[in-house]
Amino acid sequence: MKKSLLLLLAALSLPFRAEAFCGFYVARADSKLFNQSSQVALARDGNSTAITMASDYQGDLKEFALIIPVPTVVEKDDVKVLEKALLDHLDAYTAPRLVEYWDPDPNLPVPMPVMPMAAFDAFAGSPKRADGARARGVVIERQFSAGEYDILVLSAKQSDGLMIWLKENDYKLPEGAEPVLDSYIRQNMKFFVAKVNLGRQAKEGRTWLRPLRVTYQSRKFMLPLRLGTVNAKGPQDLIVHALSRNGRVEATNYRTVRLPSDTEIPEHVKPQFGDFYRAMFDRAVAIEKMSAIFTEYFWDMGWCDPCSSDPVPMRELRELGCKWLKGDDNNRPEQGTMFITRLHIRYDREHFPEDIVFQETGDTKNLQGRYVMNHPWHGKATNDQGKRYFEELPKRQEQWAQNLARLTGWKIEDIHAKQAAYKETAKPKHE
Amino acid sequence: MAKAMAVDPRYYQITVLGSLLIYGVLALDFEVTWSYVSIILTSVLGTQWLCSWMTKTVFEWRSAMISGLSLCLLCRTQSWQLAALAGVLAIATKFVFRRGGKHSFNPTNIALVLLMLVTEGRVWVSPGQWGNVAFFAFLMACLGGLVVMRAARADVALAFLTSWIILIMGRSLWLHEPMTIPLHRLQNGALLLFTFFMISDPRTTPDSRAGRIVFAMLVAWCGWWWQFRMFGTNGLLWSLAACSVLTPFIDWLLPGPRYDWRQGIKSHPDHHEKIPAPSAGGAEPALPC
Repeated sequence: MKKSLLLLLAALSLPFRAEAFCGFYVARADSKLFNQSSQVALARDGNSTAITMASDYQGDLKEFALIIPVPTVVEKDDVKVLEKALLDHLDAYTAPRLVEYWDPDPNLPVPMPVMPMAAFDAFAGSPKRADGARARGVVIERQFSAGEYDILVLSAKQSDGLMIWLKENDYKLPEGAEPVLDSYIRQNMKFFVAKVNLGRQAKEGRTWLRPLRVTYQSRKFMLPLRLGTVNAKGPQDLIVHALSRNGRVEATNYRTVRLPSDTEIPEHVKPQFGDFYRAMFDRAVAIEKMSAIFTEYFWDMGWCDPCSSDPVPMRELRELGCKWLKGDDNNRPEQGTMFITRLHIRYDREHFPEDIVFQETGDTKNLQGRYVMNHPWHGKATNDQGKRYFEELPKRQEQWAQNLARLTGWKIEDIHAKQAAYKETAKPKHE
Repeated sequence: MAKAMAVDPRYYQITVLGSLLIYGVLALDFEVTWSYVSIILTSVLGTQWLCSWMTKTVFEWRSAMISGLSLCLLCRTQSWQLAALAGVLAIATKFVFRRGGKHSFNPTNIALVLLMLVTEGRVWVSPGQWGNVAFFAFLMACLGGLVVMRAARADVALAFLTSWIILIMGRSLWLHEPMTIPLHRLQNGALLLFTFFMISDPRTTPDSRAGRIVFAMLVAWCGWWWQFRMFGTNGLLWSLAACSVLTPFIDWLLPGPRYDWRQGIKSHPDHHEKIPAPSAGGAEPALPC
């Protein structure tokens, strides 16, 4: 049975969980929202890169194989199979979020400003082959197993030899892959090939594939996308969680753009937050002519506000390759020692012709995809201050509608109609 | 003064750089605040004034303004102190590192390189910030070309661009990459900004045409080597600073007449701007920087 080679795949997400903070976190737009989406964690420190890939492969495991171009030969100790929950946790932690507030009684005196509620500090710990290879100019540099995977690290002199060798060994490559393999070979890149060992997989009783983490030392700080665009049916979405020591990560060969954030939107969006986020992202992609990378989240991992999931403990971050962290496994990192950048990329071969090259910047200004919903006060005005509140309210609601139209491209008339319908059904919260 | 404005190419440069800054902030969402711009411009103009006063030369605000606007476009930092220091370094290095009446380094380039070198990432340059929208690249090329033609140093820009295109295209041909890859790399606003506003600085490039062409080829090759062989970022900025050290040697090897911003002004018969006399004891004429 031929194995289909896949490149970068998949993402799942934790079940919904709400956390109290100043305001109330109600929903998030995680990677599950987008079809054909993959998720990758990329931990970078100096010249060391640890790349973790999750696969949402749904087909027959006998046919699964993964190939990643890597700059150096990867040793057995550099490869580890991780639990899927690690990437799910990062996804939930960094996903764009909807928060809601209730307007207070406008008749009461305006309270003095208070310090925001502190971020949560405590949390629960959560053979023939070798001969054939030589003949084809392919060298099996390393061969080992990791968890349910059998791993090969290959180097090659010619792409046609590598193609023939892969085919002879039951790997099925998409049409058009050879020139891409060829250019990687000429750059002296190696190929990390993983396939599932069905015996071990059955023995462990697992029905899903766990993510693979590969660590290598190289000045190259890049993400090989090109093999993934060969034969792809339409654009794909990729979420990159870049884990860095000093600051925000951005691309050097594509524009990195902040998604609009901290915007007030109408109440009726609450049950359709996923639709809202998809529409907003689609519009942002169109405005940038699908040639930009979007920053959805950037934060110091030492704290969060609001936290859309449990904080990520150092044990998990170390598993993902953040070896520089010091301290107890169950604690979150100290502030200023660890940053996460969530990048959302919608790509195809036409708009992203070359692999993405990254750099770490000194930027430590926090950013999160955060959309705010305010519930109006439903009581009555009993004084001048209360009257002013109700006079201002329609203007605020119109502004929320305009914000929604601007972000999503939805028609303002439709938004007004939905706003009006929601007002009819909204139950007073404060009475 | 109005006639001076009509001929001094620095007014074009200031206009184009200023327009690019406004475009970057408004249309491309550059993380540049107006307070950041004012810190850098105050620092370059203040340093220029101080250095002019100390060296008894004319206060030349136009060159300082060009350096300041270039820093606003390129230099990224969260620290206002480092932003101010970038401005001070850009101007001070012009007065400190001089040879034969011209400065050794492009002011913006050396300030960026020195700060990237010593601040451990607290100062950075975002080469991807311009994107690669072809229309924008074309527009920048036209505007930049206009500036360079007025500055009469188009040769260095063209020689650099030709070398860079050959290296980028050549590498992709060697790697059997589709041509969309080198084209994507060439359609980059940062490259055009470097070509038409930095390497073409007539006060830092070699004097002779042959020297300038050699210099441009050297900068292109070293930048390419750093970026595509060493996989570093901002290859051209590092390369220009490193190659500028060789300018005196290139001038010695291939001598030529020195460039003076006032050439265009001098050529105008009605121009009345006073040119300062050479300083009393100094061997070098007291030219505005």
